[in-house]
Amino acid sequence: MKKKPERNTHFWQGNEACAEAAIVAGCRFFAGYPITPASEIAEYLGKKLPIAGGIAMQMEDELASIGAVVGASWAGAKSMTATSGPGFSLMQETIGYAFMTETPCVIVDVQRLGPSTGQATKCGQGDVMQARWGTHGDYSAIALSPNSVQEMFELTIKAFNLAEKYRTPVILLADEEIAHMREQVTIPSLESIEIVNRRKPKLGETAFFGLEEVPPMPTVGEGYNVAVTGSTHNEYGIRFTADPNVHKRLVERLNSKIQDHADELAEAETHSIDDCQIGIISFGCTSRAIYEAVEKAEAIGVTVGYARLKTIWPFPEKIVKKLAKTAEKIIVPEMNLKQLYYEVQRVAGGSSEIIALNKIGGGELITPEELTAKIMESVKD
Amino acid sequence: MSEQFSVKKYLRDLPLPFCPGCGAMTVMSEFLRAVHELGHDDLSKFVFCSGIGCSAWIPSPYFMADSVHTLHGRSIPAATGIKLMRPDVDVVVFGGDGDIVGIGLSHFIHAARRNLDIFVIMVNNMIYGMTGGQVAPTTPFKSITTTTPYGSFEHPLDAARLAVTAGACYVARWTTAQPNELKESMKKALGIRGFRFVEAVSQCPTAFGRRAGFKNAGEMLKWFKENVIPIHQAEKMTEEALGGKIVVGEFIQRQRPTLVENIYKAIEEAQEGNEKS
Repeated sequence: MKKKPERNTHFWQGNEACAEAAIVAGCRFFAGYPITPASEIAEYLGKKLPIAGGIAMQMEDELASIGAVVGASWAGAKSMTATSGPGFSLMQETIGYAFMTETPCVIVDVQRLGPSTGQATKCGQGDVMQARWGTHGDYSAIALSPNSVQEMFELTIKAFNLAEKYRTPVILLADEEIAHMREQVTIPSLESIEIVNRRKPKLGETAFFGLEEVPPMPTVGEGYNVAVTGSTHNEYGIRFTADPNVHKRLVERLNSKIQDHADELAEAETHSIDDCQIGIISFGCTSRAIYEAVEKAEAIGVTVGYARLKTIWPFPEKIVKKLAKTAEKIIVPEMNLKQLYYEVQRVAGGSSEIIALNKIGGGELITPEELTAKIMESVKD
Repeated sequence: MSEQFSVKKYLRDLPLPFCPGCGAMTVMSEFLRAVHELGHDDLSKFVFCSGIGCSAWIPSPYFMADSVHTLHGRSIPAATGIKLMRPDVDVVVFGGDGDIVGIGLSHFIHAARRNLDIFVIMVNNMIYGMTGGQVAPTTPFKSITTTTPYGSFEHPLDAARLAVTAGACYVARWTTAQPNELKESMKKALGIRGFRFVEAVSQCPTAFGRRAGFKNAGEMLKWFKENVIPIHQAEKMTEEALGGKIVVGEFIQRQRPTLVENIYKAIEEAQEGNEKS
C-alpha cells in the first residue's frame, strides 16, 4: 500500500495555526476562558490536545485560566492560555507572579479594540504597552508580534522556546486580523523544528531561584521540596522580605536575564535600513501595508527602509537605531494612539524625525494608500 | 505508627510567623498529626498550594515539601493545573476564609462542582487578620472590625454548606477547640478522592478577638466550646435558635466520579476515536 504523503501545506486561520503550533512546541496543558477574537484557539485545542495526550480546560474566568497554567507548568507541562484585551487585563497579576517565580508559560493576546469592551469584534493594536507594563512592579516582558498566519505558527513555537529557555512568561501579541484571516501555511518537517525544553536540576542542586542567570526548574512531586512564592525570595525559594539586597538581587536578575539578551531576542524583517530617506517601523497586521507602499514610493525614486518588528519586547533598539542613522524621518503606523511611537521616539528621536500614523475605530486597517500618502507628504516637507 | 509524633520532622527549621495564641498553629499541628497517623514519614506524597493570608503560611515555606504559594485567592486554580498534570500526587490547599471564600470564591465553587481531587483546608478566623482586622465574608453580624466600626451590617457565608451544594465529596467543620475531631476529619479526607473540604473555625485574638471583647485566645476557645452545635442537633433547630451558633460535624461524605477520572477518560476516548478515523 502506498503511504499517504505527509501534508505540509495547510489553509489555516491564524488562531488554528497558533493552536497547531502549540501542540508541535510540546504544549500539553491549555486553560482558557471564551473571548472574541481568541476563542478558536481554545476550541481547536479542545479538539486536538486530548489526541496529543494533553488537557484543554475551560476555566471559570481568566484569573483561574492563567492560575491553572502556572500550576501545570510547575507540574512539568508546557502550558498556554489565549485571550484578548479584557482577559489579558485580568491575567496581569498572575503574569507578574509567573515572572517573579520564573514559571515558563505562553499567553496569547489576540488584540481587539479597547479600552474596556470597546468594539469587541474589531481589530486593534492597543495592548502594546499593556504587554510591556501590564503587571505591577519592575518587570521585563518578552512579546512577539506575527503579521501572517505562517508567523502565527512560527512565533507560537518561538514563544514556547523562549519561555522554556528564559523561564519566563512569553506573550504572543497577535491581533484580530491575523487571528481570523486564512492563509497558506507551510510546515517544515517536524524533525527540523527546533524545540527547547527547560533545564531540570541535577541531583543535589537546590538553588532553583538564582545563583545563575536562568536557574534549573524542578517539577513538583519529584522530591525536590521546592518552595515557590511570589514574595521576594532567596536563591533557594525561601521568602525573604526584610533584606533589601535580596529583593534587589532577585528583581535585577529577573529583568537583566531578559534585557541583557535584547539584541539576541530582537527579530525583525528589514529592508534597506542602512540606506534610505524615509524609514518605517511597524508590526502585526498594520505592517502588511508596508510592502505595497514601499513599492509605490520606490517606483518614483523615494528610497524607503523598514523594520517590521517580530519582537516587540524587549524593544529591538539596535535595529531601530540602525534605521535612524540613515532615515531622515521614520513613520510609525499603528492601530492605536501612538503606543509604539513613543518607544521609537525614545530610541531614535535624537537623529530622526518620528512621524505618527494612527487609526482607531471599526477595525479599519491602515491602507497602503494611506501609508504611501504619508511617505510622500514626509518627502515634501 | 512507626515513631513518636513530632511536628519537627515535617518542618523546615524556620521561625513560625503566627501571633501568640493563633489557631493556625493548631490546624498546622493537627494536619501533621493526621499525616503522621496515616503513616507518612515525610510529605513527599503531597504538593501544597496556598494563597495570601495568615493561613497561607501554614505550608509555605514551613513544610519540608513542595509548596506553591500563589496570589490572593488563586491557590485553587494553581492546584487545578498541578493535580491535572500530576494525578499521582495528593494536592492539599491551605487558606483563610478571605482567600478561599472571599476573593477566591468562584474557584472554590467550581472546583467542588468539577469534583477536582484536592483537599481544601480553610482556616476560618472570621476576619482579614494579616491586613489588620477588616470585615470578612465570614464575620458574624454586628461584629466590630476596623472597617465596620459600628458593627458589621452583613451576614456571614456558610462555606461548608456551600461546598455541599456545589458538589464536594467530603465536608466537615470543627473549631480549634476540637482538635481531635479536626484531625480525624483530616485523616478521613486524606483517605478519599474527589473534592474534600474541612473548615476549621479558628481564633484570631489579635485582629478579631480584641475588638469583639475577648481578652485572649483562651476566652475565644471557650466561646467556641460554648457555642458549637453538632449538625444532627442543628437540623432540628430553627434558624433563629441557631443565630450566633457554630454548627459542627460532618456535613457530607459521598462518592462522585472525579475530574481527574473524567478528564483522562475523555482523553482516552478522543485518542481511540482518532485512531478509528
